[in-house]
Amino acid sequence: MHAGEPALEAHGLGMRHRRGWALRDCSFRLPAGRICGLVGPNGAGKTTLLSIAAQVLEPTRGTLSLFGAAPGAADPGRTAFLAQEQPLFRGFTVAETLRLGRELNPRWDQRAAEDVVRAGDVPLDAKVGTLSGGQRTRVALALALGKRPDLLLLDEPMANLDPVARKELMGTLLGEAAERGTTVLMSTHVLAELEDLCDYLVVLSGGEVRLAGDVDELLSVHTVVTGAKEGEGLPASLAHHPLVESRFSGRQFTALIRPDGPVTGPGEADDPGLEELLLAYLRSPEAPPLITPTAQVRAQDQAYDTRTVAA
Amino acid sequence: MEFRIDRRNGVPAFQQIVQQTKQALRLGVLVPGDRLPTAKVVAEVSAVNPNTTLKAYRELEREGLVEPRPGQGTFVRRTLARPSAGTDSPLYGELVAWMSRAAGAGLEQEDVAALVASAMEKQYATGTATAATTTGSTGE
Repeated sequence: MHAGEPALEAHGLGMRHRRGWALRDCSFRLPAGRICGLVGPNGAGKTTLLSIAAQVLEPTRGTLSLFGAAPGAADPGRTAFLAQEQPLFRGFTVAETLRLGRELNPRWDQRAAEDVVRAGDVPLDAKVGTLSGGQRTRVALALALGKRPDLLLLDEPMANLDPVARKELMGTLLGEAAERGTTVLMSTHVLAELEDLCDYLVVLSGGEVRLAGDVDELLSVHTVVTGAKEGEGLPASLAHHPLVESRFSGRQFTALIRPDGPVTGPGEADDPGLEELLLAYLRSPEAPPLITPTAQVRAQDQAYDTRTVAA
Repeated sequence: MEFRIDRRNGVPAFQQIVQQTKQALRLGVLVPGDRLPTAKVVAEVSAVNPNTTLKAYRELEREGLVEPRPGQGTFVRRTLARPSAGTDSPLYGELVAWMSRAAGAGLEQEDVAALVASAMEKQYATGTATAATTTGSTGE
């Protein structure tokens, strides 16, 4: 569909807040047309990264470029950002909110925005302040989708939603993405739902990228080995595979490895689940990070860095 | 046709779509010429990533079961229904009779499932991927 053309590329991105570095040396690439989950514990730098991508914040170091444009020069009309606090005017009606969107955005699509609102049975003449959390999120999403963005940035869009509203809204979002090939980058805490929603992942922890890449690819390069412990620690046969996490329970060991060749020796090898993989990385800050080839920024792309340094 | 994506059973949505399409082809719910739901419809109805649906359709296409027609969607090419595999076939009748004898001999549902799986394993062990999908444990 989109032959791996990048929607977003971060090069050595760093962001210093008053209390220290919120992001450190983040480099990754998000191909266009992908639906990418941005995962990490609280304070990992997810909101900071989204705000930089939305051109709301300027990075302290490094660059972020959108759709191949020079950093900071991307057309802001191509990106929509739905912030966690969903800033809407509570005194406006839904119709007035959409009108604001129309006045502010040259690419505005009134029908697309109204369709999103109507699909949730939200009355157009209701004041935003009187809506439920799910309805408010729907209006905010309508505002974002009405912009007809090529890149949609969502910060915790599912927080505070009941399961029915969550499924409905995700259906609307994914339907739009299917129709227009929109690239989506959304932060979330709901690990269990990632597997169906996202085909791409970026995992942040302590301001650094721990995992980035295609979900299938990330899963396929890892193996879980379980078995009975012989002596102390893991079996010697696993020693030469890069280890992400090992756990022991009684006589049983569980090891999540990135196999470097065939896995032999005692124990049973199995494919990890996505949630299992993410939890292992989030629990093991010392595990080596992994950026799969499609998520790596190419060496020649670093030209942006040199140019900005020279300028 | 609507896919029922169960998020709790541990089978990836991609495989559930492949399995449910094949099941529909076996049962005659889908016949050649039928159009599969578009990725947009699946996304809206079941909140499944459109790339996941397209990946499942590519897998079905690789197996020669469906074909994409540019600008129109994905269409069924051939059926998996076999005259001898329907619930009105003699084979099914024999199986029902056997089940009844098994129940008469005091076997529980799990005992029967184990026997069937074991016999199937023996018969189809060297067989093709079709054997694996009928047992529900795709080895992909």
